Amino acid sequence: MESNIFRSSIGIVCAMMASGVLAPDAIGQTIPVKKGPVAQAQPVGDAIAGAKLYERKCTGCHSLDANSVGPSHRGVVGRRAGSVAGYSYSKPLGKSKLIWTEANLDLWLKSPPKLVPGTRMGLQLPDATERRNVIAFLSKNTAPKP
Amino acid sequence: MTESNTNRRNILTGAATLSAGGLLALAASATPAAARSTRKSSAKAAGQDAELLNAAIALEHQGIGAYDIALGSGLVPASATDLVKTIQGHHKQHRDDLAAAVTRLGGKPVESKTIADYAKELNAASITSLTDIQRLALRLETGAANAYLGLIAPLSDSGLHLLVAQMAADEASHAAIFILDLKEAYPAKAPLYG
Repeated sequence: MESNIFRSSIGIVCAMMASGVLAPDAIGQTIPVKKGPVAQAQPVGDAIAGAKLYERKCTGCHSLDANSVGPSHRGVVGRRAGSVAGYSYSKPLGKSKLIWTEANLDLWLKSPPKLVPGTRMGLQLPDATERRNVIAFLSKNTAPKP
Repeated sequence: MTESNTNRRNILTGAATLSAGGLLALAASATPAAARSTRKSSAKAAGQDAELLNAAIALEHQGIGAYDIALGSGLVPASATDLVKTIQGHHKQHRDDLAAAVTRLGGKPVESKTIADYAKELNAASITSLTDIQRLALRLETGAANAYLGLIAPLSDSGLHLLVAQMAADEASHAAIFILDLKEAYPAKAPLYG
């Protein structure tokens, strides 16, 4: 009986999601570790393509292991925004309380000033596949440098 | 003209008069709030543009520092120092133009870090040859060209679009010098940047 109720509840939630009654944001707010905007889950990207794109688009200001014009990126996925030691963040980003989930990174790379008005980062990746690939590359670089 | 037509015209004229009066009254009452809102929105956009340009200034400071490190390394031959100083001079002009724009937007241009800071950021300790310097320069110039192209979309002041596009072109020109110096394969696929 409980099992049936449980299944029915899942069915209702899924139906509400499909109909747009429950927005992903609303669902995300029930998960305490996800702070700030939360986007829908995306397909997994291509980390190799992402590495090439990272080299081309991001390394003017960032690197994996050193703070530069922008903060270092190793371990960024899952990290709290504005938390890299030794890097001086803009006030809005420092106060944002965002966690760099893959979903939040997707929103960030789509338009940094839209997600965090007042940020210094301007580079946008309008192409969803490019964003997924860069995020896949960043996700591969979570371990501390040996 | 029939009476019916005259009446219709009077009605339309009257309505138009009332509408104009109504609009004027509305405008009179709405203008201060609308103007405040527009000013607030413009100030916010200018502030955002200033922040974005400050990141570009930080990039220029880093480039200037990198060429200082190169010139002080003893690895750049005398025959190349004038060219390196010219390229560094372009970065100083970019810095000054960007700083003027940030000031005009009501912001405060970001200041340079120390040469020691840049040496650490750029891992200068690993530079042991002219080729290392050329590779670093190519990486920085390529990154800067892409960064400037990436600034075009988010900048709300369209007057700044040409400025950053010009800077992107300058950086791409610098990068081309190092591609040739290093005998790197010239990219076959366009666009080369962005």
